[in-house]
Amino acid sequence: MTHRTRNWLLLAPAGTWFLVMLIIPLTVVFIFSFGERAPSGGVVLAFTFEQYANLPARFAAFKNTMTLAPIGTLSALLIAYPLAYFLAVKADPKWKTILLVLVIVPFWTSILIRSYAWIFLLGGRGIPALLDWVGIEGVRLINTPFAVLMGIIYGYLPLMVFPIYVSLDKLDKRLLEASSDLGAKPWRTFLQITLPLSIPGIATGCMLVFILLMGEYLIPALLGGGKVFFVGNALVDLFLQSRNWAYGSAVAVTLVVVMLITVTVYMRLLNRLGASREDVSIM
Amino acid sequence: MTKQIDYISKKEFMEKLESYRKGSITRRHFLNVTGLGVAAAVMGSAVPGLRPSPAYAGDIGDRVVLATWPNYHDPANFEAFTEATGAHVQVNVFGSNEEMLAKLQAGATGWDVYVPTNYTIEDYVKEDLIEPLDTSQLPNYDASAFDARYAEAGSVDGKLYAVPKNWGSTGMAVNTAHNGGKPISSWKEFFDITKDKFSGRTMVHDYQLTTIGSALNSFGYSFNSVDEAELADAEKLLIEVKPHLFAITSDYQPGMRNGDAWLTICWSGDGKQLNTDMPEIHYVLGAEGGEIWSDYYAIPKSSERKAAAYALINFLMDPEVNTKEVLAHGYPTADARTYAMLPDSLRNDPILFPAQELLDPLEFGAAVTLTDPNRAELMARFKSA
Repeated sequence: MTHRTRNWLLLAPAGTWFLVMLIIPLTVVFIFSFGERAPSGGVVLAFTFEQYANLPARFAAFKNTMTLAPIGTLSALLIAYPLAYFLAVKADPKWKTILLVLVIVPFWTSILIRSYAWIFLLGGRGIPALLDWVGIEGVRLINTPFAVLMGIIYGYLPLMVFPIYVSLDKLDKRLLEASSDLGAKPWRTFLQITLPLSIPGIATGCMLVFILLMGEYLIPALLGGGKVFFVGNALVDLFLQSRNWAYGSAVAVTLVVVMLITVTVYMRLLNRLGASREDVSIM
Repeated sequence: MTKQIDYISKKEFMEKLESYRKGSITRRHFLNVTGLGVAAAVMGSAVPGLRPSPAYAGDIGDRVVLATWPNYHDPANFEAFTEATGAHVQVNVFGSNEEMLAKLQAGATGWDVYVPTNYTIEDYVKEDLIEPLDTSQLPNYDASAFDARYAEAGSVDGKLYAVPKNWGSTGMAVNTAHNGGKPISSWKEFFDITKDKFSGRTMVHDYQLTTIGSALNSFGYSFNSVDEAELADAEKLLIEVKPHLFAITSDYQPGMRNGDAWLTICWSGDGKQLNTDMPEIHYVLGAEGGEIWSDYYAIPKSSERKAAAYALINFLMDPEVNTKEVLAHGYPTADARTYAMLPDSLRNDPILFPAQELLDPLEFGAAVTLTDPNRAELMARFKSA
């Protein structure tokens, strides 16, 4: 067996998977998006841009997604970073494994059930009742954008913690000692050594969370009470309720395009940040 | 193999959820997640004890797949069916008629029996997705026992495609404790009070048929209207009301039960369940009208186990079996033979069997109401507004 055939054979399973489960379905969706809705639902193939022209009708869904996805990602980052830092740098090695397991534990239960738990926590007999008891009256949490944000941060936090933890854990502690020996104050060491070196972890975490959030559907459906509408929810409605597959396909293609653009811009920014960081370190 | 493991987890999930909420999951409850099929509960295949022993697996095969609505059967009946025939019943639970139609349109579903609502049957016939029924294979079906009002949608162009299961109405449930002990009597009042003292306490269905229908009713228009000007009025009202809504959901029992919501569009079976547990919640029919519906048993063309499908429908049509069904789910039946076997408490229940003058203004949903693209798009605009 030549080296070349072996490579092909090794790639074949993944390649076939991508072809059958990704490339072909995406092509179908792309073709559908130029079609028309069949009279009682479904799609009639055609070549029209009508579906794309109608996209503004889902502007609110895109707006909600493009607002709450970045806010959710940033909030998760702000909460996850200190936690990951503590786990990687400060935590007693004896407890580290246990603490890490504790971060994963929520994943042992379906996100669906955990989101249901939030319905009760944020509902009238949950946190608002507690607030009422201490004198803060009339707080309504469930079925608001805030509730959706809470659910998002809660659900996605571990995905943010782990990449950051890994990059901080690998950090060469001698660099910190060197920095301190050279007279840098702790906050300066953090800003000039720790933070820049953990950027790959931050970048991976943000990317993971952001991409998944762009397609989020369950959390807004459960905690937004059907009033906080994401593109994912719009898609489910289009395919399963109004059965307008052509329009649904156009919205799906648009979501993929928006996501590709956002991620490309994000990668560019990161590269530039990486480049400028090198400049700084040379100085 | 993986499929079965998958099914078990779904079943466990459903059971947990159901016991957690004390059976508060609604009929056609649109958990939203059902859209992804997550809540598809599968019985039978997951329980080894229900699998037939080879000795009994005779003519009809070893299983039959039923696509139906949540909390709509007595599981003991399925066990009895398995014992009698050797075929275990695998149940898939659905959220909306649209979803069922979408699944059947998309191709093979593996279903043998499903439960379409009156207004969908015409479309299934048009799309050639539904099997005409051979009554000789349904000896327990007695057409004369059924009130025609709830049976006629099962026939299209004189051909029988579906036999009646249960019927009910779509009204509203109101927690009278928040309205000085008074219920609400009309759809106009429903929307007026939502904009006023019930602000943030009202729910409408995540279902275009009933939500748009109720808005149309409040103007005195037909529940089924597809008239552009009338739909425009309904849209204006719904968008005006949206900031005052607690939620847009068909899973409205939890909100009503925990007190977050005080008013909701409601199917009669849910109304009965809510009223039984919390007497201050009243189920009322809008004075202007509303929906009356009838569900049917039917066989999809794509079924590969038609003998088993007929056997299951025939079994469930048996008045004694059907009586057990009604006692379990609490929806009225149009079968006079079954009605005769029900206890008086159910036969005299005003929620299950409302007075005729209240039923008169109600309308059956029309096929065009379900498929009208303008109504679907209106609902989507309302939700994303």
